[in-house]
Amino acid sequence: MANNGHDDRPHLPLGLAKRGYAGVIHHIAAGDASSALSAVELESRLIELGFVEGARVQVLHEGVIGRDPIAVRVENVTIAVRRREAMAIIVA
Amino acid sequence: MHLALVGTPNSGKTSLFNALTGSRQKVANYPGVTVERKEGSFVTPLGRQISLVDLPGTYSLRGRSPDEEITRDVVLGRTAGEAMPDLVLCVADSTNLRLTIRLVLELKSTGRPLMLVLNMFDIATRRGVTVDVAKLSEALGVPVVTSIAVRKGGTADLLRRTDEIIAAQAPVAFQQNRWQPLTVAQLRATQREADRIIAATISLPTKPDTWTARVDAWVLHPIAGLLILLLLLFVMFQAVFAWAQPLMDLLQAAFDAVGQLVQDTLPAGLLQSFLQNGVISGVGSVIVFLPQIVIIFLFILLLEDFGYMARAAFLMDRIMGGAGLHGRAFIPLLSSFACAIPGIMATRVIDNRRDRLTTILIAPLMTCSARIPVYTLIISAFIPSRLIWGWINLQGLVMFGLYAVGIASALGVSFLIKFFMLRDYAPAPFMLELPDYKLPRARSVAIGVYTRAKMFLQRAGTTIFSMMVLIWFLASFPTAPASATDPAINYSFAAMIGKAIAPLLAPIGFNWQIAVALIPGMAAREVAVAALGTVYAIEGGKEAADQIGQVLATKWSLATALSLLAWYIFAPQCASTLAVIRRETGSSKWMAVTFAYMLVLAYLASLSTYNIACALGAG
Repeated sequence: MANNGHDDRPHLPLGLAKRGYAGVIHHIAAGDASSALSAVELESRLIELGFVEGARVQVLHEGVIGRDPIAVRVENVTIAVRRREAMAIIVA
Repeated sequence: MHLALVGTPNSGKTSLFNALTGSRQKVANYPGVTVERKEGSFVTPLGRQISLVDLPGTYSLRGRSPDEEITRDVVLGRTAGEAMPDLVLCVADSTNLRLTIRLVLELKSTGRPLMLVLNMFDIATRRGVTVDVAKLSEALGVPVVTSIAVRKGGTADLLRRTDEIIAAQAPVAFQQNRWQPLTVAQLRATQREADRIIAATISLPTKPDTWTARVDAWVLHPIAGLLILLLLLFVMFQAVFAWAQPLMDLLQAAFDAVGQLVQDTLPAGLLQSFLQNGVISGVGSVIVFLPQIVIIFLFILLLEDFGYMARAAFLMDRIMGGAGLHGRAFIPLLSSFACAIPGIMATRVIDNRRDRLTTILIAPLMTCSARIPVYTLIISAFIPSRLIWGWINLQGLVMFGLYAVGIASALGVSFLIKFFMLRDYAPAPFMLELPDYKLPRARSVAIGVYTRAKMFLQRAGTTIFSMMVLIWFLASFPTAPASATDPAINYSFAAMIGKAIAPLLAPIGFNWQIAVALIPGMAAREVAVAALGTVYAIEGGKEAADQIGQVLATKWSLATALSLLAWYIFAPQCASTLAVIRRETGSSKWMAVTFAYMLVLAYLASLSTYNIACALGAG
């Protein structure tokens, strides 16, 4: 039910989202991010910080240089993450 | 009975540890690794003696860093010399249970007796979160208690249940360890299971934390946030330099007075010299830094408990990241401008081993306050005080240049370490929880500062003290013959070593007197000034520094003076710093690496400075 409002929205990597963006995690595509971590490791770490499918996210703040890193509200936790790693989080 | 505290970072684990054990804590390192081991003890209401270890914070048992490996291995009883915990207390921030519930589910598979502690329960209640504790306990299959670590009596329930579990030893008795590293699919399934349990037993806050959002609007603002950070740093710097000064002067005066007392009461001779110059001034020269260390840690612990440290790391991440440093390295490096010792100790806020090591290695390149007397002496003796372009003082400009070269080389070395020495370490990507702001509790901060101060004094009392005694020995033996005309130090081992290495130092423009002064200067950099005075046979006293300057101006060329300045930017001229590096990294290897790389840099810098200066006619 809650997802209906988001289904027609285009998918977007969280790494490209602007401040104020709010959405729901559609899936994790760790292979798409050019992180220094392996895809498995990156995916594990993201899940450990609560980035799982269906979680509501909102971009709260952006860093000074290159609008990086970003502070993301995931359900009721705030996580700081670089845009490079956030590219693995596909939101809608 | 052995208990272990496990929890995610920011779960209030440390404040619970402080509440349970008070000041009965021992802080050390796990053997061979840069991981802090905190152990404390307490007695339960039924009189059971409990020893409690506070394990490094972790989100899972995967062990992706040495800290997290320690947590995993202690829980699984794999660490040699470490008792397997009889009961694992998993600590959770009650306002934010999502990540901890998943950790609990993973911990269950280890078969260890387990209890979930819902900490900060008062804050959760205030925000309108309701937890069906009985139902949560049933769903998880582990006992659940609530606690308010920061309130008196807030751990009563926890203590009572601990007694019950120990007495019964049944409800969650030892089971087979079925734990295996979770695959991504299992991890995801566990998080789903955790979310399902939370939906069934815990209500969402009715009054969410608007305070944190309002503060963050300023603190994380791209411009206002940086200004607030700069302001905080300014106050911190001011405190470290200005507020600590009266206390440091007081300590110095006290040690001088005790030294004077020894000089007055004991007959002149070896014993007097040993007590006055070796023990009292040696230990004194380290202990005068205690006020600075207490002030720095007071700031760091307050900012950490408040939740600001993670924000500072967020703001500085890209700026520091360019040089291969973690955002959290910022505060330790800044502290190193006062003294590298508290700076290196402050690197404990960096949880990734590689990032921490890099920061430790470059911290001594930050211009510490002990270099200031040396710089001032040489600058005032050799650099004319005149204005350039009508408003820049040349002496001030040189001083600024020395600081700037220090910072630039620190960033450069960090960059090189990243590319050459620690390549095999997976870099820690910047992923950090920004916890909700919380008011720091005086008691918890006080315990933290006390523990650091005690650790520093123990170090001053052991490693640093023995180095001081060694340096005194080198500067005092063999004693001068009765017919001596030169200062006594000129007959000592220090002089022999100085004269022996003088040919090596000739290419960088140092004479043997400088070489001799460098050896007592190992005790603390500023001691070199006094040592130069001794070597050139100048009586001490209030005007001694001015006199040394005048003498040096006649005896050294400008090229030599500039070369010595360049030397002091890099030289590993501080036994205490080296001792602290050894203690903090748990190995002599990194102490040797620091010593060697700084020595090479110092020599190269002096060599080029001297030769360029000579070529320009300053020889």
